[in-house]
Amino acid sequence: MTAQYHVVGESLERTDGVAHVTGRTLYTADLAFPGMLHLKVVRSPLHHALIRGVDLSAAERVPGFVRALTHADVPHNVYTILGLIGVEPEEEFVLPVDRVRYKGEPIVAILAETEAAAYEAVGKVQLDLEELPAVFDMDEALAPGAPIVTHWGNNTFMYEGHPCRRVRYGDVEAGFAQADHILEGEYRTSPIEHAPLETTGCIAVPEAGRFTVYTNTQAVYFSLDNTSIILGLQPNRLRFIGGTVGGGFGGKVDVIVEPLATLGAMRTGRPVRYVYNRQEEMQVSSTRSAETIRIKDGVMADGTIVARKVTGLADCGAYSRQTPYAITKFAANATGPYRIPNVWVDAYCVYTNRTPTSAMRGFGVTMGHFAIEVQMDKIAERCGIDPWTVRFRNAHRNGDVKPHRKVTSDATLIETMQAAARLVGHGLPPELAAMTSAPRTEWEGER
Amino acid sequence: MARLRGTGIAAVNYPTGMNLGGDPSQALIHATTSGSFNVVLAAADLGQGLRTVMAQIAAETLGVPYGQIVIQTADTDTGPHDMGTFASRATHRVGNAVKAAAIEAREAVLQLASEELEVSIADLVLDGRGGIQVAGSPQKRRDIADLASRAQFQYGRTIAGRGVYMKPKSDVDPETGAMDPDSTQAYACTVAEVEVDTETGAVAVLSIRSAYEVGQQVNPALVQGQITGGAWMGMSHALYETTEPCYPSRDHSPKDFAGYLMPGMAELPIIEAVVLEVPSSNGPYGVKGVGEMTANSPIPAIVNAIYHACGVRVDSLPVTPEAILRGLDALAQGKGAA
Repeated sequence: MTAQYHVVGESLERTDGVAHVTGRTLYTADLAFPGMLHLKVVRSPLHHALIRGVDLSAAERVPGFVRALTHADVPHNVYTILGLIGVEPEEEFVLPVDRVRYKGEPIVAILAETEAAAYEAVGKVQLDLEELPAVFDMDEALAPGAPIVTHWGNNTFMYEGHPCRRVRYGDVEAGFAQADHILEGEYRTSPIEHAPLETTGCIAVPEAGRFTVYTNTQAVYFSLDNTSIILGLQPNRLRFIGGTVGGGFGGKVDVIVEPLATLGAMRTGRPVRYVYNRQEEMQVSSTRSAETIRIKDGVMADGTIVARKVTGLADCGAYSRQTPYAITKFAANATGPYRIPNVWVDAYCVYTNRTPTSAMRGFGVTMGHFAIEVQMDKIAERCGIDPWTVRFRNAHRNGDVKPHRKVTSDATLIETMQAAARLVGHGLPPELAAMTSAPRTEWEGER
Repeated sequence: MARLRGTGIAAVNYPTGMNLGGDPSQALIHATTSGSFNVVLAAADLGQGLRTVMAQIAAETLGVPYGQIVIQTADTDTGPHDMGTFASRATHRVGNAVKAAAIEAREAVLQLASEELEVSIADLVLDGRGGIQVAGSPQKRRDIADLASRAQFQYGRTIAGRGVYMKPKSDVDPETGAMDPDSTQAYACTVAEVEVDTETGAVAVLSIRSAYEVGQQVNPALVQGQITGGAWMGMSHALYETTEPCYPSRDHSPKDFAGYLMPGMAELPIIEAVVLEVPSSNGPYGVKGVGEMTANSPIPAIVNAIYHACGVRVDSLPVTPEAILRGLDALAQGKGAA
């Protein structure tokens, strides 16, 4: 079908490829401006603590120290990245006032003439912290008496009054009653770093009453609009320039470096560079959430799944960032590419005293796929059928209604599995080789 | 000790876009006087090749060679609004906006051509090489480059286009979860082959072979790039990576690449893929998208292959050598899940 087009469908040479592989592409950290200051932050050494005091006097005596930024400098200090699309409440502190909620949380920013001076001054800031009990385990965080991370009294993100994102479709208990087998599984996944070659960073430059911010964000307007809210600046006083990103994978959708760097430029009138070092990228920037996924499936003897109950927990750390959205996406995909007539999902965004987690490649779906696809093999084994057959028997087809009530369209699971079988030389039984994703006939729909 | 081989499969769907907050992107296009076209966007290129893909969609729609397109992106003083590059949305959403803008610019060119050739627009066809001709009369033609020059210097008219693509916001029903979160779905099925060393617990991935269905491909080489990178990342998620090796404890967290395990080139398996193209109903030229999903199916395929190889079911990621060895011990003591 490619032949019907002139350009679409052709493997043309990428416009930026030669510059990338010959090291000529300019990334954010390659830029420098006259008079540029370096910003580094003082981070909490404790997982959860009250801030009793911050003593800057020794830091101020470091040669090259220019000034510090504290919470008092931030015009709108509490924000939520997804506030732009109506997600509430505002919860994350640009610089916390009296409490830190994770190890590595920024407390004070230091501006200095050189990066070395900034690091030296950071090391001389004296923090007076009073340690609080911390919670790291999601089940503990949900149990009564757990240390509370949020400011609203429990450790879950609230979805329109519910502590979890729900899906209710059909009658899951009736499905279990009808099933020949019940299979339960618990799947756990670990926090994962995006590991971009280029660490997160930006340079904010004051220019004629405006601020130009060179950034490696994945979303220039998202970053601009959040920065405008935090700094109380009209958006037209900000210009964000980016577009070339040395690896994103979701890790550069948060808006963390731009507000502080721009605030530094506002307060000093000088360009300010804030670029994470590798340790900050590994330990302070958001990771993929750890997830616990509990699945209970009701299955007929032929491998057909008739009911699925899912409880999903995602560890968002101390601030939810993009995770509430990922959980909704998880809930919408709890059946994967399969048709299941009775489905019940409770998916929680759980706060702990951990580095905040956020968007990462496959957002809410990748780890769900891991759980679902391992579960499929267990179903096949329990029913004594092979792993291909169980997937074909449950495959969704065009016209099937998904648990979130969307009618399946553009479906090609069956054709894709047939192609994979051909690729590896796996002969499919005739009834599987003959299947298509075409809508079910009235008789098939009865199933 | 032994080296045991096994094969595992996994099949996945993947949604394009995430529109629970509304999900728009815009594009602007204008012709230069030499007949090239500047496409102005605000979308970031993450290394996946967004600039290349957008240039191809613009060139296709405008009927000019690929080299006649200049992409300028991600300067908010010039680029129109864009939500961002995430959710496997860019080729679909931004591509739709570019196509819409290119259609509007193309209409302006066709209008000029129809006036000069004294035929109706419906009788004109693009040759895909920068020319416009009257259908059935190839000698009656105009070059888009000449029309663009005359538009500016002779007629005082613009050749420009605006495009936007938006999937409206879908609110989630808090009781039932009813929602419309995506635009289309792409599919993958992966077959992974592994070898488990029962003495060390080490898992070598031998091959990751997949079929993908991603709608129309804009640039098949870039699609293969995504598939190879994604297979590598999925293998890494399955067997290597964590920032919290003692989760839920935060101890022993890595601080650099020396302490953060990832497979290197030496660990890379055979990665092979076939790509099916079934056009989507709403993507530009039938695009679905291929971005994020390529890391997904390799993970469970590898975990299922480990079970097939040695009978150890590990339901926690990453599957470390320790987990394999503990599983083998449990099997030997008759306590295995198998």
